[in-house]
Amino acid sequence: MTRIPVRKTYKLWIGGAFVRSESGRSDLVGEVNLPRASRKDVRDAMAAARRASGPWAARTAYNRGQILYRAAEAVESRRAQLTAVLDGGADADAELDAAIDVLVHYAGWTDKLAPVLGGINPVAAPFLSFTLPEPTGVVGVIAPDEPSLLGLVAEVAPALAAGNAVVAILSETRPHAGLDLAEALGVSDLPGGVINLLSGRRRELALALGGHRDLNAIVDASGDHELGTELDRLAAETIKRASHHPGAVSYEQATDDALERLTAVTELKTAWHPVGA
Amino acid sequence: MTVEPRQSTVWNYAPAPEATDHLRLRDRYGLFIDGAFREPAEGRHEPTINPATEEPIAEIAWAGPADVARALEVARSAQPRWAALPDRERGKYLFRIARLIQERARELAVCETLDGGKPLRESRDVDVPLAAAHFFHYAGWADKLRYGVAAREVAPLGVVAQIVPWNFPLLMAAWKLAPALACGNTAILKPAETTPLTALLLAEICQEAELPPGVVAILPGDGQVGATLVRSPGLDKVAFTGSTAVGRDIQGALAGRGVELTLELGGKSANIVFEDAALDQAVEGIVNGIFFNQGHVCCAGSRLLVQESVMDEVIAKLWARMARLRVGDPLDKNTDVGAINSAEQLARIEALVAAGEAEGAVRRSLACDLPEHGYWFPPTLFTDVAPAHRIAVEEIFGPVVSVLSFRTQAEAIQKANNSRYGLAAGIWTDKGAKAFEVASALRAGVVWQNTYNHFDPTAAFGGYKESGFGREGGPAGLRPYLRVVRSP
Amino acid sequence: MSRRLAHVDRVGIEERAAALGARSIKTTAKQQGIRLAVSMLDLTTLEGADTAGKVRQLCAKAVCPAPTMPEIPSVAAICVYSAMVAVARAALAGTGVATASVATGFPAGQVSLEAKLRDTEDAVAAGAEEIDMVISREAFLAGDDARVMREIERIKEACGDAHLKVILETAELGSYEHVRHASMLAMEAGADFIKTSTGKASAGATPGVCLVMLEAIRDHAWRTGRIVGFKAAGGVSTSKAALHRLVLVKETLGDEWLTPERLRIGASSVLNDLLMQYAKTQDGRYGRGEDFSIE
Repeated sequence: MTRIPVRKTYKLWIGGAFVRSESGRSDLVGEVNLPRASRKDVRDAMAAARRASGPWAARTAYNRGQILYRAAEAVESRRAQLTAVLDGGADADAELDAAIDVLVHYAGWTDKLAPVLGGINPVAAPFLSFTLPEPTGVVGVIAPDEPSLLGLVAEVAPALAAGNAVVAILSETRPHAGLDLAEALGVSDLPGGVINLLSGRRRELALALGGHRDLNAIVDASGDHELGTELDRLAAETIKRASHHPGAVSYEQATDDALERLTAVTELKTAWHPVGA
Repeated sequence: MTVEPRQSTVWNYAPAPEATDHLRLRDRYGLFIDGAFREPAEGRHEPTINPATEEPIAEIAWAGPADVARALEVARSAQPRWAALPDRERGKYLFRIARLIQERARELAVCETLDGGKPLRESRDVDVPLAAAHFFHYAGWADKLRYGVAAREVAPLGVVAQIVPWNFPLLMAAWKLAPALACGNTAILKPAETTPLTALLLAEICQEAELPPGVVAILPGDGQVGATLVRSPGLDKVAFTGSTAVGRDIQGALAGRGVELTLELGGKSANIVFEDAALDQAVEGIVNGIFFNQGHVCCAGSRLLVQESVMDEVIAKLWARMARLRVGDPLDKNTDVGAINSAEQLARIEALVAAGEAEGAVRRSLACDLPEHGYWFPPTLFTDVAPAHRIAVEEIFGPVVSVLSFRTQAEAIQKANNSRYGLAAGIWTDKGAKAFEVASALRAGVVWQNTYNHFDPTAAFGGYKESGFGREGGPAGLRPYLRVVRSP
Repeated sequence: MSRRLAHVDRVGIEERAAALGARSIKTTAKQQGIRLAVSMLDLTTLEGADTAGKVRQLCAKAVCPAPTMPEIPSVAAICVYSAMVAVARAALAGTGVATASVATGFPAGQVSLEAKLRDTEDAVAAGAEEIDMVISREAFLAGDDARVMREIERIKEACGDAHLKVILETAELGSYEHVRHASMLAMEAGADFIKTSTGKASAGATPGVCLVMLEAIRDHAWRTGRIVGFKAAGGVSTSKAALHRLVLVKETLGDEWLTPERLRIGASSVLNDLLMQYAKTQDGRYGRGEDFSIE
């Protein structure tokens, strides 16, 4: 008798839990049903990210680096599943190599952002003045369609490394790898809610996310100029930090402009303290 | 029914020795050259001793001149390949080493305590985690060097010789190796004569991490091995942590050879307590500053400067706190102060303490039951110390604090700077503006405010004046292992 | 005149408190420590739903916490609301276990001084041997130290022979410096014990708060020669936490403070964990809740 394989149910990842869309909807994408997140799922993900963002930012940079490195380990150990879902082959293998190395690269940034972006200001008065980077808060990410895994990791990793929580809208046509990535990250040490991944109709979800008044920044790698323009308009309502770039197709593209990616989701704080008793 | 009569009893902690059975030590260790342990060509084996029991732990090969030459040759030939690896791949080797240190943390901690005498509490909670953190930090720099040193193009120096002391054997090895390797150098590390074991375990870890052969060599031995190493041709850089006397010798020996050098040497660091300090926390800081690792700390707060207005209170609180220190078996998890590292070091501490008494300072030593065997010295407090006394000037490198008074902030600064050393200082005051003003006036490489003996891989460490030059930790720690590539 | 606070550094306090939490308490030390902790317990029930039946059951547990382990001593006291004092006193007669009562508008203390005095007098009249009062956080936060002290002095008078424990409710004071300041006010106003918390606030006897109060007790004893006791209450729910508090006391005040006359731990749920851990030291097996009575 042939064994009947147990099929996998794909789910959204919100607040550290794997859930179906609250709407109960799903879409047939490729050969499987994928959850179709609703605007309420966006709201829930945003709330989860907000709850998680403070404690995540308050962790030491060293600890965040360790956790991101652990995430890279978790992805490496699920290599077979992830390459399979990326259609196998040499390209899939190379994409996975790059995605893991990008995670490792940004794991190394957590405790280097402050010395590179911040510093002591030699002010012309008896004050110790220093400037240091802080995370902006919750970052919305609109992932590209291609490459679906590397493109997602390249946007999410800098935001996490800088100490933000993330709500990411996966590619509409190729969300599988992102949902599988959620399962890998779900067994790493990332606290629940620090990253939330939603599949569904990109435009609907992106606009709900971009229009959420509690979101601090939006990173748009959709490559969709029209969507980007609408996101910019929404961002203007609460002065969100908005940035747009094409999805990274190589390790180099995801890391050469690391500082740009990191500063797009970072605030700078300058503090003054008198020197002289 | 009967009721148990109530009585006040003395509640003592039962012995809580850390088990040693998971530590897999060999009876004999060779030299680690070209990725493998090898018998010395012309050196010999010497035992390494547990200073808490005086019992031998293992036989250690000491390198001879031919071994040094061979290690240098291997390091030279391995260096271009190591430097040519993509930066991120070099980084991944360092991440692996960091992880392996974490995985073998308990073994390393027990080994460090057995070999060096420091309390397990410290090797477990400080030395080993910080060593792993250091590798993690520099692993992340490997592919970000241009951000770290703000240069268009950088290149490794080549082959570096690194000599580390016996007070933090594994941690100092990590401080040396991690930045050197991240930058693309190959390294020859010489651990201290009395504490080679964790460096040799680190050699095993390099093997487990599949670090390419030749990238790291580990050559145990005495000062003679170090002297041979730094005088050998084919070196691009020497990094030394140890005494000022040896540092001076090395700097002289390198004269005119164009070999880069960084030195992290001795200290007689001032720990300054102002009258407006949180005194209980200051007392903790004083204790941590001088009794951490039996005072075998180059940046130990060995000169305690206390404002006269709070002198009596500080001394009373300090002495009461010292009475709580638990001195004894370093493997016991409740031990605060362990064994002195070697007979030689014990003799030096005893000589300086005798000098302090002879010169008229008032000595108070903790009355504690010290084990019969091994090298021990009770935590000791000297009051009525004058700036001219030897115990106020010379580095004791033991659990001995010399207390001097001051009247004003200006006097505190003057006295703190009145030293040929300039490694570290502590400032205790509740007033931030004062703390920063004093910090900026101190000629010292590290200034702790309302804390002491804190270390972090992201924070540069190193000295002014005769405490050495060059920094370890953070982006500043990259510079000593890189050169900026000039325009053609 | 503005209040002058003694300096306390949060980072330093918490580092020291955490370091003492890393003391390894094993084998005989653990057994002895658990017996000691039990003997210092103020076994507490402070619920709106308390009834005479519940209090009597708790009293039985207080007198003989573990019938199968006779070496486990009785606890120090039972702590109840004043309305339950008579019940407890009757149940505990002749056992050596004291009856303590919270009073003074516990836990908020937002009633008039007259009401606080009346509450105290009622409890004492009903037989309370120990009174756990709350300071007026309202007065303290408004900067009225004199009123805080005056209230304590008046309650102390109303206590007569009963011992007075003064609850600072540290979670509401804002900083360690304020905890130290309030400790000093309470001791100068005549407190026999100073106590961390009511158990009803967001945080209780955290290691840092305990350490700050113990240092205040030590400094007060050095300066005045008067011995004041310490009660950790709120959040001490495991054996590990209880032993940590004992370590804090031992290494800050010394062994002479390790007696129920000077040290108390206020708790309800910690007793069964102490018993379970004690049993573990004897047979080496991890225990289960069902093996101990639940009141």
